[in-house]
Amino acid sequence: MPFRPTVLIALLFASMAPSTPHAGEWAKLAEDGVHDPKGPAIGLLQQPGDALPNLPGDTAGNQVHWIKALRTGVIQPRPNLDPAREDRRLDKDIYLDLYGSMPSVRFPHLAHTEWLDCTNCHDHLFLPKRGANNISMFLILQGQQCGVCHGAVAFPLTECSRCHSVPNNQAQRIVAAIEAEEAKRSAADGDKAAAPTTNSESPSKTPTDGGKAKTK
Amino acid sequence: MSAIASARLMPALLLLGVALGTGVSTRSHAEYADVVLNRNAEKEGMRPVVFPHWFHRIRFRCKVCHAELGFKMRAGSNLVTMGDIIDGKFCGACHNGEIAWAPENCDLCHSGKPGLPPGIFGGHETNGPGIW
Ligand code: HEC
Ligand code: HEC
Ligand code: HEC
Ligand code: HEC
Ligand code: HEC
Ligand code: HEC
Repeated sequence: MPFRPTVLIALLFASMAPSTPHAGEWAKLAEDGVHDPKGPAIGLLQQPGDALPNLPGDTAGNQVHWIKALRTGVIQPRPNLDPAREDRRLDKDIYLDLYGSMPSVRFPHLAHTEWLDCTNCHDHLFLPKRGANNISMFLILQGQQCGVCHGAVAFPLTECSRCHSVPNNQAQRIVAAIEAEEAKRSAADGDKAAAPTTNSESPSKTPTDGGKAKTK
Repeated sequence: MSAIASARLMPALLLLGVALGTGVSTRSHAEYADVVLNRNAEKEGMRPVVFPHWFHRIRFRCKVCHAELGFKMRAGSNLVTMGDIIDGKFCGACHNGEIAWAPENCDLCHSGKPGLPPGIFGGHETNGPGIW
């Protein structure tokens, strides 16, 4: 029989791999409800549907998996205009919601600081101290805390499992191990009267400029 | 794979392929994270400004605009004037004829539909900050 379904199936999956497919089409600028279809720029501006299909797919938001796009080097967004300005990173996961009805939340500092500066969150959205913020899904859905970005620019709040991503018992074990390690360290530092919450992993520069314009 | 099983599987897979290839939904709303800036533009006879996050985040990380250049993360909260832009602030830090095209291309920024209020568009899930 000349018809070979297996080949077709293999081709189909190969065309989908390695990333999630895009969920649908991107609206045309002239029909998107914000651009003036009679304006002179409408034929000059780039259509999302011309640029975004080339980036790793996702099912929500811009239908782009922005973290994959960045880490695979498909896009190389600049981290600064002034090359002397430091591109601060922190590789530290924070586990939230250890005992709730939903799986625990893993907040990855690294994925965030690849895009954002510390001052975008600290201290006006979150104090840089584990457990010091009353983070709640209610406030997030109102566009506060994580919801300042998620639901506006970063992937939307419908993607529950991208935040609630770790089984509770696993997160509890990880946090217990972190706390034991910190207790050991602060016992060792005890004589030097170090503050027990001091974080040895945080960069030497603390966020102080509050995200204010340097031009003003 | 037996002939019967593959015969049953094929239409489903082909449908899936067609759906993925051509897209199932045609969306008639703004691209996710588009921002309209219109505190004064329309009052002064220009179309509202449409700022596309998707286009800029391909080229710049958030920290460039929201830390280095000082754009506050709240649609409508930045008072941006043409004077600032021509002085090299806000959009003008890049739209200066060097990093990006110069401010004289009025219509590329002032491309919005008349009557739009300032705000974030395209977020069908939530509409961003509710309480400030
Ligand atoms: C950090 C630098 C930077 C800032 C700040 C910036 N832009 Fe841009 N913008 C660019 C670059 C780079 C391009 C691409 C220029 C090119 O294609 O030559 C661009 C292109 C555009 C485009 C055209 C997109 C298209 O479809 O071709 C618009 C519209 C635009 N910017 C609006 C704005 C507005 C409005 C602001 C301020 C609220 C702003 N930009 C601030 C760098 C910037
Ligand atoms: C941007 C990340 C994010 C997304 C997306 C998200 N959540 Fe949450 N959620 C959180 C955080 C952070 C908390 C608070 C953690 C804490 O209690 O300290 C939380 C708390 C909760 C709680 C209360 C605690 C619990 O586990 O019972 C519920 C229920 C919840 N989320 C449900 C959801 C559902 C349903 C969705 C999808 C519609 C969702 N969340 C999407 C981050 C997120
Ligand atoms: C997207 C927001 C965001 C960004 C950007 C961010 N953080 Fe955090 N940070 C958080 C959250 C959320 C917590 C946890 C707060 C809690 O548990 O209540 C946290 C906690 C911390 C803690 C405490 C950790 C601990 O174990 O007690 C430190 C220190 C910290 N951040 C430093 C930084 C530094 C340095 C940067 C920049 C390199 C940074 N953060 C960027 C959101 C952010
Ligand atoms: C200042 C903006 C901002 C805030 C506040 C913020 N995020 Fe994010 N987050 C981002 C951006 C940008 C990304 C990159 C992905 C994207 O744009 O969709 C991201 C990605 C993530 C990811 C995906 C990581 C991965 O590897 O797939 C998780 C999980 C996440 N955020 C959780 C949270 C939680 C939980 C909070 C609140 C405690 C939070 N975020 C607050 C901007 C933010
Ligand atoms: C080229 C500049 C530029 C870049 C890059 C940029 N933004 Fe923005 N952002 C803006 C402008 C301009 C506004 C609108 C300000 C206003 O209306 O006053 C805005 C508004 C916002 C808002 C407010 C939305 C609301 O609901 O009110 C959030 C949140 C935000 N940006 C997050 C991000 C995140 C996260 C990134 C990186 C993934 C990012 N931005 C990258 C320029 C930028
Ligand atoms: C790089 C993008 C960009 C370009 C190019 C641009 N503008 Fe603007 N313009 C803005 C933004 C952003 C605002 C603030 C919008 C608001 O909140 O009302 C603005 C505001 C204005 C205003 C309101 C009053 C004021 O002075 O701030 C006028 C009038 C105006 N622009 C005229 C022009 C004219 C004329 C040109 C071409 C010579 C032009 N603009 C080119 C982005 C741009």
